[in-house]
Parts: sequence; C-alpha cells; structure tokens
Amino acid sequence: MAGEARNLKVRIDHVSKVYETRNGPTEALRDVSLDICENEFICVVGPSGCGKSTLLNIIAGLQMPTSGKAYCNDHEITGTGTERGVVFQQYALFPWLTVKKNVMFALNMRGVKGAAAETEALEYLKKVDLEKFANHYPKELSGGMKQRVAIARAYAANPEVLLMDEPFGALDAQTRTQLQSELLETWEKDMKTCFFITHDVDEAILLAQKVIIMSARPGRIKEIVDIDIPYPRNQETKLLPRFMELRNHIWEQVYKEYLEVRK
Amino acid sequence: MQKNQPGAQKSRFRIPDRMWLLISFLAAMVLWYILSVLPATSRCFPNVVETMKQLPVMIQRGVLWKDISSSMISVLSGFGLGFVIALPVAILMAWYKPVRNIIEPWIEFIRNIPPLAYVPLVVIAAGVGRKPQIIVITLATFLTMCITIYQGVINIDETLIKAARVLGASDKDIFIRVIAPASLPFILTAIRLGASVALTTLIAAESTGAMAGLGMRIRSLNNAFETKPMLLYIIIIGVIGIVIEKLIKLLERRLTSWQEKREI
Repeated sequence: MAGEARNLKVRIDHVSKVYETRNGPTEALRDVSLDICENEFICVVGPSGCGKSTLLNIIAGLQMPTSGKAYCNDHEITGTGTERGVVFQQYALFPWLTVKKNVMFALNMRGVKGAAAETEALEYLKKVDLEKFANHYPKELSGGMKQRVAIARAYAANPEVLLMDEPFGALDAQTRTQLQSELLETWEKDMKTCFFITHDVDEAILLAQKVIIMSARPGRIKEIVDIDIPYPRNQETKLLPRFMELRNHIWEQVYKEYLEVRK
Repeated sequence: MQKNQPGAQKSRFRIPDRMWLLISFLAAMVLWYILSVLPATSRCFPNVVETMKQLPVMIQRGVLWKDISSSMISVLSGFGLGFVIALPVAILMAWYKPVRNIIEPWIEFIRNIPPLAYVPLVVIAAGVGRKPQIIVITLATFLTMCITIYQGVINIDETLIKAARVLGASDKDIFIRVIAPASLPFILTAIRLGASVALTTLIAAESTGAMAGLGMRIRSLNNAFETKPMLLYIIIIGVIGIVIEKLIKLLERRLTSWQEKREI
C-alpha cells in the first residue's frame, strides 16, 4: 500500500485473552497487535481454536481482553457499538420475524421507524436479491439465503466496520462461491472496512488485501501476507499463477499450525 | 416446506390422518369390548353400552354438570394462578443466578413428591372447600410450568442476543424483542404441560373434602362400588384433557408457526 497515512479504523494493542475453564486457564490470544485501516479488507486464517473468533469478539465488544486494549476510531472498545457490525456463521436471524422485519430490526435500532424502515429494508433486500422473500420466515429459506439476509441486516445497521465470523463456513461449496462473488462485488463498490474470519485459504486470498495467519493456541499473529492481486477479482482470479503462489505459501504456514494442533 | 414423514409417500393408498383417528378409536372400542368380556377384567371394565347408559343417569342425579363445573373452576383457577406465579419466577431464575441457585433445588425437591402426600397439610392450613383444591393445583402446576419456562429461557440461542446487541439493542429491547418472543414456544409448552398436570392433580386436590367435582365423585362412587359411572367419569376426565390439549396446540400453531422444528 502507498506510504501515505491511511485512516486507522481499528487498533488492537497487545491484546491477550485467557479463559478460565474447569481444567485451569486457557490462553486463547497472546499479545496480538493489529491495525485495520479504513476501506481495508482483512482476512484471518488459522487452525480452529487459534482464537480467531475471540479476536473478532473483542473487536465487536462482545468479549473483553484480559490484557491490552482494542480501539475503534481512537475510542477504547468497552462494549458493542453500531459502528461495528457482525455477521455470524450461524446467521443469527430472529426466527419469529419475517425476512423484512429482521432487516427492519436493524433499522429500528438506528431510529428509523415505521414505513420509512419498511421501504429502506426492502432496498437492502433488493441488494441481496431477496426482495421477493421479504415476507417469508427464516425457516423457509436455504442457508445461503439466510446468510444473505444476515448480511443485508448487518448493512442496514450501517456500520463502519463489518466483522464477519466464518460467514460462509456452514454453506455448501457452490453457494459459498456465489456469496464470495457477491461480497467481492459489494466491497469493490463501497469498500466498507471488512474483518473476515475463515478457515478457507482460497476464500481468504480471493477476498482480502491482507491475509493474517494465526498460530495454534495460544493465538498469535504468525504472518501478515499482502495479497497483491489487483481488484476487480472474480472466481477466475483463483487460476492466476500469483494466486497459486500465495496459496501454496499460506497453505504451508497454516498446515504447520494444523500439525501443531494435532500434537 | 416440510416433507411428510419418511415412507409416507411410498404407499399408494395413503390413509388420511382423520381416518387414522377413526381407526384408532375403533381399535380402542374393540379392546374395551374384549376387556369387558374377559373374566379377569370384566369387573373393572363394564361394556361400552352399559357405561354410556350412566351418562343420563348421572345427569338425572343432578351431579354431572355440577361435578364438571366444580372441577373446571378448580383446575382453571389453580392453573391460572400457577401460571401467573411461574412466569415471573422462571424469568427471575433465568436472569439472576442467586435466585436460580436458591429456588431450583426447592422446585426439584417438591416436584417429586406426589401431591396426595401433602394434601393433609394443605387441609390443616387452609381448611376444606374450594381453597385447598386451588392451592394444591396451583402448587403442582406452578412447579411444572416454572421449570419448563426457566429451562427454555436459559436455553435461548445466545447468538440471537449477541446479534441484537451488536445491532444496538438496549437491555430493554433485548428483553422485549428477543427474550420474550424466543421464550414463547417454551411458555406454550409449559401451558400445555401445566394443563395436563392440573387435571392429573384433580383427584388429590378434591380429596380435601370437596362437595362436588370429578375427582371427588370418582372416590365416592368407588366407595359405593359403582364401577360403571366411575368408568364414565374417568373417561370424561380423559376427554376434557384431550380437548384442552388440542386447543392449546391450536394456539401453539398460530403463535409459533415460525419455529424451525416442532416439539413433541
């Protein structure tokens, strides 16, 4: 990236997290420091249990670090905030609300009420191509559709940073590919700061400007890889020789950590 | 969107559900008939016709409607009171750990004691008449409903609460817009179980010197060796139970049709 100072969105400053469990303390994160700049798309990869989700939860304000601090817009993160939106792996749609009302929930919390909220909700649904399903309940949708609604809902809250916790992890390969493409397209347009967790190396390289490789427990940042493949990208990007190179490199690093976990 | 049970589509002649109900009913009648002729069981199972003949007899004696209405008053007020107490207590238990830690063992303890065992204590404390009946049913339904609602509320998917929180929901928003609707299925299940407990507690409740009531009548008919009307009364309790359960299920279907899976 060019040398000029970019707007710092999120700063993670020497963050550690220790969980107290029945079998004694478990160190989930050790001394993690990371800067996320405005408009940046960052992917985090690493073996399961490396503290990826803990890191995301700390940025979201859903968990507090044991030591160190996290900041958003130079303010210390002490709880959730609407400038940080989250998309969960398990969709987390409210099953008793229709698709439209799920999106309206986010708008209502932002103070948009009544007919205005309804119109706006439909606009967000249009963006994910689900306006026809506005009055359906989540149980009537496929996994991919549910996650689209969840993404629409996260966008409706109009956050400055989008935190995505393995959002496509529960989907089949085909749907996943499709949602990746849609997310890429959206990001290339609005460049909303994105912090995306995945265990899929290909997905990480395809989407991100920077891939952060985390080590096995206790989670530390092992390496930050700049993905120097220009946007716009699409599924064919995966066929580029540079993609293969990056893929082999990252895979090797992640695989070493998998082996570490198995020990 | 849901498919029928596996195998249901395979057979070419699908028997409709209503027909199954009829078949089940007829099979029960046949079984009843067999029991009424077998020497070993004929004394406690008078045949269908004999039993049904007791219906006008009991009406003529002027007790049937009085018994049904008396029992219903006890059941509904006991159940209603039980629910009104169970709902806030269950929510407090789910919300505050100290409340849970103190009350849960009490409930678990009392729940396993048959109501008939503590009926005498209730009579000593509350005398005879309507009051002890309502107290016994209230207690029994409270215990069942409180545990059911509490279990439901603590098992609410935490991600939903997190999702609401990151969207900017306050504690009040979360309570009204997430906890309350997410608890509704458990509350309805609790109501269904509570209604059933209210009926099964009826005999115990009406052994407190009731003047009328289905449970009281069964005991008095038993003492007079009147098996036929007794069986009729037992069947009436069963019918009331089924009708109440169907009504609540109807309510469940209307209010919680958004649910992914249906509980049994």
